[in-house]
Amino acid sequence: MNHSVELPRWMDWGLLPAINLGLALVVSAAVLLLIGHDPAQVLGLLLKGAFGSRSGLSYTLYYATTFVFTGLAVAVAFHGGLFNIGGEGQAMMGGLGAGLAALAWAHALPAWLMLPLMVLAAMLFGTVWAAVPAALQAWRGSHIVITTIMFNFIASALMGYLLVNVLKEPGNQAPESRAFGASARLPGVHELLIGLGLDWPKTPLNLSLLLAALAAVAVYLVLWRSQPGYALRAVGFSPPAAHYGGIAPRLQIMRSMMLSGALAGLVGINEIAGVHQRVLAEFVAGAGFAGIAVALIGRNHPVGIVLAALLFGALYQGGAELSFEIRGFSRDIVFTLQGLIVLFAGAMAQVAAPALGRLHRALGASRAGHG
Amino acid sequence: MTPAVELRGINKRFGAVQANQSVNLTVASGTIHGIVGENGAGKSTLMSILYGFYQADSGEIAINGRVTRIRHSSDAIALGVGMVHQHFMLVESLSALDNIMLGAEPHWQLDRARQQVRGALTPMMLESGLQVRLDALVSELPVGERQRLEILKTLYRGARILILDEPTAVLTPTETEALFDTLRALRAGGTTVLLITHKLKEIMALCDAVTVMRAGAVVLDSPIAQTDVDGLAQAMVGRRVRLGRPSVDADADAVAGTGTPTASTGAALLQARDLLWRDALGVARLDGVSITLRAGEIVGIAGVTGNGQSELLDVLAGLLAPHAGSLWLGDQEFTPKRWLKPTQARTLRLAHVPEDRQRRGLVLPFAAWESAVLGYQGQARYNSAGWMKSGAMHQDTVRMMERYDVRPRNPQLRSSKFSGGNQQKLVLAREAMTEPQVLLVGQPTRGVDIGAIEFIHDRLRAMRDAGGAVLLVSSELDEILSLADRVIVMNGGRVAGELPIVDCSEAALGRLMGGLAEVQQ
Repeated sequence: MNHSVELPRWMDWGLLPAINLGLALVVSAAVLLLIGHDPAQVLGLLLKGAFGSRSGLSYTLYYATTFVFTGLAVAVAFHGGLFNIGGEGQAMMGGLGAGLAALAWAHALPAWLMLPLMVLAAMLFGTVWAAVPAALQAWRGSHIVITTIMFNFIASALMGYLLVNVLKEPGNQAPESRAFGASARLPGVHELLIGLGLDWPKTPLNLSLLLAALAAVAVYLVLWRSQPGYALRAVGFSPPAAHYGGIAPRLQIMRSMMLSGALAGLVGINEIAGVHQRVLAEFVAGAGFAGIAVALIGRNHPVGIVLAALLFGALYQGGAELSFEIRGFSRDIVFTLQGLIVLFAGAMAQVAAPALGRLHRALGASRAGHG
Repeated sequence: MTPAVELRGINKRFGAVQANQSVNLTVASGTIHGIVGENGAGKSTLMSILYGFYQADSGEIAINGRVTRIRHSSDAIALGVGMVHQHFMLVESLSALDNIMLGAEPHWQLDRARQQVRGALTPMMLESGLQVRLDALVSELPVGERQRLEILKTLYRGARILILDEPTAVLTPTETEALFDTLRALRAGGTTVLLITHKLKEIMALCDAVTVMRAGAVVLDSPIAQTDVDGLAQAMVGRRVRLGRPSVDADADAVAGTGTPTASTGAALLQARDLLWRDALGVARLDGVSITLRAGEIVGIAGVTGNGQSELLDVLAGLLAPHAGSLWLGDQEFTPKRWLKPTQARTLRLAHVPEDRQRRGLVLPFAAWESAVLGYQGQARYNSAGWMKSGAMHQDTVRMMERYDVRPRNPQLRSSKFSGGNQQKLVLAREAMTEPQVLLVGQPTRGVDIGAIEFIHDRLRAMRDAGGAVLLVSSELDEILSLADRVIVMNGGRVAGELPIVDCSEAALGRLMGGLAEVQQ
């Protein structure tokens, strides 16, 4: 029989993830020892690289911003009972949408009009890219996992074609578009802070950070406080119960996937409007897939996703720093650490739960015994 | 004579729940021994310990006088203990013969193995009366035959002690009788049978002795001759229960004047004509069904599960659009092209308690306060401009829980954490909240314990007495006989007959259910 373990909230949401993270660190330490590194030194440098300086912190937050978008995208689809593996392609399309809008109108429109337009375009393109697999799932029963993976390839191919044949600047060897006008540039956080009189180094961290925070709050409100969210979760948990409750599952499949695609599309704002200032090929760089791990570790809740995105941002930034600081330290080791964290905090998140449950009962029993 | 099974001082604990507490059970060899108790009384746990699914925390098991340890079901099988589960453990895409052989193939060449098994089975089927078409695919076999197959499977594996878990839940009265004959034949051949059931009449009709369990402990252990249905019911619940049709002289009913079943003359609240619905294979699951529900009556739909009752409920609730037919609800007419929608049904004051509360009635991972508005989430009471009013949802959930005695009274608790009876009460409370005129109820007390059955029956009667129309689909004939004013029997997607309650007997209904008679109305 399948008795799921009942834990009090503080154990379930606090202690258990902490233990999982601790286990991941212990095993990581063992791996590091095995290949001849000092775990304490590596961890120290990792933390220092990620949080130890204003510039490091900014980079961490910049990476985390992208992971928040893709993590939320996976979570929204998950609550609708769907596994959206297409974050990669949807994010790419989001960047394309934002870029096309900028290429078309940046010379004519002021920033206050251009930037919201780019945000809308990014979300629209991401939405459309997710809507096709969603419709195939809803009306034709084509499995969403397969179709979204396929759509990643199609997005990649489409992007390559457009960059090489349509958008490439004449005379430029690299497959990328011309740079946008100034009005299509999302201000960096350092500009804002310097404007406020704070000294801050120039980093890629841009106002998409606020957009990500906004998106996390919006996802929470929509999923748990609105009727569409109620319907979406009902379908995700139990399509027959939703049908009984007068909720059409097909509509919810469309809704959750389109919302998911819109969130993934926002990656394009962080990368294209915030940093690169031109359309280019590989700006998503696996963030769409990392979003799956982020959502898994964040338990598909916006708060958890923000925390998990920070963890992943710190690993990216701290890992990059490590390869500078330690001779012979390859980035692959950072990926190993990430993998271990995904393994312990995601895939094996409930492994320690039964033991904690016994501990909790024992504590309860001894307390009852004394009282 | 040494007893076939002797359990001594069995204790088993699951977390905070003491599932079995110092249970002693002695089953004489060659007898049929009934084990009854409410859901969660510990009877299934006890049988699982005997069959090796669980290990007892303490206690002793003796089979045929020898103390043994049963660590795994293979140990039990080796000792001659066999179990037939309530949900059949058969591979539908294999033949009956292959199912019997599966895991016990006497030869690695399947053709030879089949030959040997067939040879062994033929006399076994003759002796026990368990006739099964060995070469038919299981998916082609009717339920009764599948059950015979399950029993045959355990006998082939050498079972001399047979545990049957709720064997009659899916059978027609006729099939039930046939099963009982088989069990008697097996007993005559020396097989010991342990029968888990909640149908007390069956215990009385079949068993030699009975053990009643309550809250993990044995509360009554008696030869069948020294007890009766009332005594068993009282032992099960721990208090006197009143089930069945309230007698005419019961005070409350006599005052209300509704205790006696009379032909209803109330206004027609729902009228369906010539409903036709075909499944994906083109088989007509509903074939020309017409039905009228009037104010102040409970109409019972009897029939063996799978004869169109579920489809009828779905069509009337707007979950399924028929291919032909029409429906009048209140003063609106619906045709297959523009069929009733579930939300529309609710605004027209038609409520539906679905047959499968776990799959449909509740969203199991939702907290109770979220499941308590399922279907009504769009109504202004719980919704303003797309935002859910969690305050009103909580308030109403608390009210539902109080009115229908849902325990524990915790709106935050996950829907899946409530017991079956309390889940059902929550669904019923939700559907009654809007004071519906027409209530469709499917299997209202399936898997619900006796105390809650009494409560749910009272509520359904109260709705009828308040002028509502209730359509009751149930596979329990007793339930229909004790609630309905009029009974419609379905067979093969058609109405096989309709009888006023005064003309209903189990035998008459059983004949209709089995398709043995057509009654002209």
